Amino acid sequence: MSFCRSPVRWLLAVTAIVLLAGCAAHPQWQLDDVQGHLPDLKFSMTNDLGQPVTAADYRGKVVLLYFGYTHCPDVCPLTLVHLHTVLQKMGKAADAVRVLFVTVDPARDTVPVLHQYVTAFDPRIVGLTGTQDAIAQLAKRYRSFYKPETPNDKAGDYDVTHSSAIYVFDQQGHARLLATPGSSNDEILHDLDILVGQSS
Amino acid sequence: MSLALRNMFRTTVGACLLAASIAAMSATPSVHVEQAWIRWLPANLPAAGYATIVNDSDGVQRLTGVSSPAYGSVMLHRSRLAQGDSTMEMVDHLDIPAHGSVKLAPGGYHLMLSHAKQPVKPGDKVPMRLHFADGSLLQVDFSVRPANASGP
Repeated sequence: MSFCRSPVRWLLAVTAIVLLAGCAAHPQWQLDDVQGHLPDLKFSMTNDLGQPVTAADYRGKVVLLYFGYTHCPDVCPLTLVHLHTVLQKMGKAADAVRVLFVTVDPARDTVPVLHQYVTAFDPRIVGLTGTQDAIAQLAKRYRSFYKPETPNDKAGDYDVTHSSAIYVFDQQGHARLLATPGSSNDEILHDLDILVGQSS
Repeated sequence: MSLALRNMFRTTVGACLLAASIAAMSATPSVHVEQAWIRWLPANLPAAGYATIVNDSDGVQRLTGVSSPAYGSVMLHRSRLAQGDSTMEMVDHLDIPAHGSVKLAPGGYHLMLSHAKQPVKPGDKVPMRLHFADGSLLQVDFSVRPANASGP
């Protein structure tokens, strides 16, 4: 009897090992896997404290890059609240994560305004600004799009149409995942937990 | 008709019209609002107002405008996510279906509140006036919530 059953057990064990190895090598990402399709994180900008920063300053952190602007009262806050909620759920592990909010409206988003805006959502969100060129280059690098619209009222207020993607980079600055405002908190949380865990 | 009688007739018609328009303005709207809130933003940045507008009547109710004594500008907007791009568009009016409701919620319809006349802060209540096509007016207090609030 045992002679008959053992090969079955052996086969099951091998299958389990293969499956587990497969899982470890290819995590079941819930966001879009963009590894190898987008360039490494690279920029030279000014943070919301007025200090010059480059991508090298964020090596060792999992970075979430998002383009937006402070005169965006609906979608940008919605995205930042999602990310704030995810960071809160991660607890201590969130120390290994930084959210970089790059303004696409540097004319209105001065360093102090940017600072007040991002810190109103979460202390782990960093505002980045720079010259029009620096911002345009960074957006182009990630095929992100933005365009200031014609002022829609007498006061000269204007909206900026912009890509809503959230680019996720690992601790080495490699582009790994792509999230959207439609991604659920649980999907983002699931994948960030894996990314943060991969280096520790 | 004598001049005096004609004048009296005119005055009466005028008074009736005035009374009718006051009645329409102050008529209790067949619409009510739930979960009205504003996401506060710092630096006097434009903020967004959200609410659920419920129509309790048998007919469609058309929201034609919103105003507030607290803001220089209130506009009905809609965010759209198309092919990964986020855009905002102005909305001329919003129809609330009979015995139905429309949600003004993050990522969709919202009130864009600009040029606050006094600083607005979390915890405040801000009055909003909803104007409907039938001339009715509904005043609702919106609760101001912190920037990172996820709802009312």
